[in-house]
Amino acid sequence: MSTVLSVSALAKRYGGSRSRGARQALQDVSFRLGAGELVAVVGPNGAGKTTLLSIIAAVQTPSGGSVVWEQAGGVGWVPQTPALYSRLTVAENLELFARLERLREPRAAVARMLAQTGLAHRAGDLVGRLSGGNRQRVNVALALIADPPVLALDEPSAALDPSQRERLWEFIAARVAADTAVLFSTHNVSEAQRYASRVLVLDEGRLLFDGSPAALLASSPEGEPGHERGAGDLERALVRFLRERSPRSTAPDGRADARRGGARAHPEGTL
Amino acid sequence: MSWLLRKDLMILGRSRLLLTLLIVYPVVIALLLGFAISRSPARPRVAIVDESAPGETLQVGGQHLPVSRYVHELFSQVQSLAVPTRAQAVEKVDSGAALAAVILPPGLAARLSSNENQAQLEVLYNGNALQQSIARTAIEAALAQANLGFSAQIQGAAREVIGTLLTGGRLSGFAGSEELLGLERIPTMLGAIAARQPRASDRRSLERIDAFAGFAAQNLTLASRVLATIGQPIRVDSVLLHGRRTPLDDFAVVVAVSLSMMLLCVLLAAGGVALEREEHTLARLLRGRRVDRSGAGAPGGALITREGLLAEKTLLAAASAFVVAFAMLAGIGAFVALDWSRVALWLGALALSALALSALGVAIGALAREVRAASLLALLATLPLAFLALVPSASVAGGFYDVIEAVSFVFPFKAALEALDTAVNGATPAIGLSLAHLAVLTVVFAALARLGLREVE
Repeated sequence: MSTVLSVSALAKRYGGSRSRGARQALQDVSFRLGAGELVAVVGPNGAGKTTLLSIIAAVQTPSGGSVVWEQAGGVGWVPQTPALYSRLTVAENLELFARLERLREPRAAVARMLAQTGLAHRAGDLVGRLSGGNRQRVNVALALIADPPVLALDEPSAALDPSQRERLWEFIAARVAADTAVLFSTHNVSEAQRYASRVLVLDEGRLLFDGSPAALLASSPEGEPGHERGAGDLERALVRFLRERSPRSTAPDGRADARRGGARAHPEGTL
Repeated sequence: MSWLLRKDLMILGRSRLLLTLLIVYPVVIALLLGFAISRSPARPRVAIVDESAPGETLQVGGQHLPVSRYVHELFSQVQSLAVPTRAQAVEKVDSGAALAAVILPPGLAARLSSNENQAQLEVLYNGNALQQSIARTAIEAALAQANLGFSAQIQGAAREVIGTLLTGGRLSGFAGSEELLGLERIPTMLGAIAARQPRASDRRSLERIDAFAGFAAQNLTLASRVLATIGQPIRVDSVLLHGRRTPLDDFAVVVAVSLSMMLLCVLLAAGGVALEREEHTLARLLRGRRVDRSGAGAPGGALITREGLLAEKTLLAAASAFVVAFAMLAGIGAFVALDWSRVALWLGALALSALALSALGVAIGALAREVRAASLLALLATLPLAFLALVPSASVAGGFYDVIEAVSFVFPFKAALEALDTAVNGATPAIGLSLAHLAVLTVVFAALARLGLREVE
């Protein structure tokens, strides 16, 4: 599996000095992404998931470290809130971005994305009149119009109903099968368990875990041999993991909180 | 950039309310202004109560000037509404049927003739402070005109009397009177009589009478000129230090066009930038792409650069406002005589004004997170600017006017107004200064807008 994206010692700091409310959103985050990988980024609110995806998608610049795209073509970005022109039709939105991407055959790219997202029959509808699910499909289609090797999705299923969610994951699975590397953030741990081949656990801007869902599960009693695994097990494992490893639960000097019996956070995230 | 421009034009075309406003607003303003300044102001409707006795006259020398002539002068200056009593005049003013009432008291002629008491009129008006001010100004102007007309008649009568005293003849109004001798004829007559007088003492007496008659004639000649002078003691001769005087009508045209252009530029440009944020498309447009190893950690190659995006929004707003403003000028030109030979200057002033005002708009749009906030901010910023730019220097305290000048200097409305006034009316010494000022402001506000777009998320 060839690497398409390398993230190294990534850091992001918002604001000026610490006394003026500066916040360290990301700190020393490193990982690699291979072609055809589907990686979930999980963690509590404020963990730095959106910041990480924004930097990878080149929406924000990092304060330190680097993001290296190993292949030309960049990253397709699907923001949490659909970034679309509501007074343009579906086809007009797609064509505009195909033109701005300077694709050789913009109309063909529009037709391809309409077909792939199942929106051909809504091509002439104004985006402002679409349902949330269809708007999210256009949002994804815009990210894929230039056929990028990496796709970054920020909570892509947050506003979708179960059937729309299912269709979205089918679509993403098809892209992954076509060797697109997909990195997505989510609060829905069961989605990570079901679809992701790897999980990155972020908290307080630090990468605490980088491994398979099974490895994360194995880190908790729910994952021990003889324990019957269920759909909520990974979520429970994550909560337990965060309770033990989160920087929030460690003393200011970095020692684990003795009352909780927690271990010191490991920046490499391996168990 | 052309595709983004095309996109914005499509969105503008689909915003029917906005598009209607963009077209209808300037047309309505142009028509209203055109009609307002091409029609002379209506004469104020004034109730007049004439309490003077019928046939009452003012005697000047041998002439009797009827007081009704004064009433006639007054009537010609206003839209008169003759009422018989003071009570009815009060009722007319109270009901709004008349802006004011003028009451000519009885015995007006006697007072005018007495040389002791100034004749007085009573003026009644009503309403709020603004209405009172308008009524008072209109009535005072009408009364001044009537006074001037009546004064001319009195002067005419006085000059006739003086003329008769000087040259002799019959005074009109003195029916059956003998022909008067005339001071100028006395020296000749006395000279002839004196030559026939044997006694030296008699000749000396006649010579003294002759000298007095000559002195009187000289001074009455002077009195005739003095009479003309006191009718209008000081004549005003205006000199404008720089450039050409702008008629108020033409300046009103320039103000209307500048104001419309400012609203269009600022609202369109601010709304255009804010819309990208509101639709969350700003980050999608400005984010880097196609970065490989060589560009690690430094996103580049955005779909459009920040400068490109700001230039597109500025140009779209400026071009729209330019077309609308020029159409307004052409429309108003149907009512007011504008100098079309200066059209090249108009276009230059309109273009740079539109660019500077649109740059202000994109700076406002870059600060706002949504279209509504941008529009509100744009209105809050532009309306006081228009007001401040029109404050005359002598109307406020010196220090405060300096502050107003400083504020007006750092925003483009006053510079746009001056540039357009120069272009259309040739009002100020050099248009180059105004255009340079506008160019600098364009750069400054574009830089501020660029600063506002530093963070897109």
